[in-house]
Amino acid sequence: MRMIIIYDGPMHVKPKIKAREIMVLAFHKRNVLAMFAGVCLSGMALADGAPVITIHNARFEPDELVIAQGVRTQVLIRNQDAIPAEFESYDLSREVVVPAHGEVSFFVGPAEAGRYEFFNDFNRDMKGVVVVKPAAGER
Amino acid sequence: MLATAIILFREVLEAALIIAIVLGASRGIAHRGRWVSGGVGIGLLGAAGVAYLASTASSLLSGDGQALLNAGILLTAVGMLTWHNVWMASHARELRAELNAVGAEVGAGSKPLTALLLVTAMAVMREGSEAVLFLWAIAAGGGESSSMGVGALVGIAIGVLAGVLLYRGLLRIPVRHFFSVTSWLILFLAAGLSAQAAGFLNQAGWLPALGHGIWNTSRWLDQNSLSGQLLHILVGYTARPSGIQIVFYLATLLVILALMYRPRWRSM
Repeated sequence: MRMIIIYDGPMHVKPKIKAREIMVLAFHKRNVLAMFAGVCLSGMALADGAPVITIHNARFEPDELVIAQGVRTQVLIRNQDAIPAEFESYDLSREVVVPAHGEVSFFVGPAEAGRYEFFNDFNRDMKGVVVVKPAAGER
Repeated sequence: MLATAIILFREVLEAALIIAIVLGASRGIAHRGRWVSGGVGIGLLGAAGVAYLASTASSLLSGDGQALLNAGILLTAVGMLTWHNVWMASHARELRAELNAVGAEVGAGSKPLTALLLVTAMAVMREGSEAVLFLWAIAAGGGESSSMGVGALVGIAIGVLAGVLLYRGLLRIPVRHFFSVTSWLILFLAAGLSAQAAGFLNQAGWLPALGHGIWNTSRWLDQNSLSGQLLHILVGYTARPSGIQIVFYLATLLVILALMYRPRWRSM
């Protein structure tokens, strides 16, 4: 695995550039620590590969979330807008307020294959759908 | 403005209908108005508190805490409605017996009044916190907030009106059947709230879903439609219920019915 760190520290030392490989070094210890902590924390907070739905400019992104059939999945809703939203789904019986610039997570499934709609109860024009697909190898 | 009115109408409607039903069910009990007003006041304070906490990203009420609080509120209301129904079941018998013997009044006591206060407070708190958050959202959004403010007031007024109409409608039921009608209403109301609580407990990962969308009746009655919404509030109609919701719904029905009819079995 190759790790690329974006350089944003002061130019005490010029980055070394090797042939066929770009290595940008960060010389600010603080930045490296922050990135390391960020990677660890985001890994710890949720199960691996937990799907994320972002609320941005009064839209769900993505507005179609695919999850596997028969699996309990933890979904993270991240609100980047300045107003709170209420993620709600009659089809899945889910209802959760997502604070402005905040994030919440909840569980979905295990569910049968199908389409399960959701919306923002504070702005019903914002809609999306959770698509539950049969797991690979199952037909 | 219309969108705002509709959203507030939806939020207020649930609380208004629940209050109308418990007001009807406690008909004839002295001071009930005072207790219901107290419940509305406590509920509004609670709603403001919950809305504040839920809007803070770092608080316990983001995510699971919020779902568990909702489940707790709903189950408290279910407990109070159960208590009320069971109390009324024995009270009605006592009332008949005493009226036959001496024609005296039966002291209502404070038990159903506490239940009345708590159910009202819980209903207002749950729906009110969402209404407060939504209003805060439109106020923060600026722009057309004055026309939206009018929309909000219209929505609230129509929601309250629906509650008043239901209450007036209930009062037209002949006295002979009145309490049995309100008992059945409260029975299904409690079962519906219990099923909602199951949804929240599953959302937080505390209970298994036992399958999402066990059946789908959206084609016959869309839960988004007005009648779908009304039935959702009154009897817990859910077009695509999960397994755990069906379990909670039926269990609540059976437990309340058993508790209501138990004394009669014993006396037979």
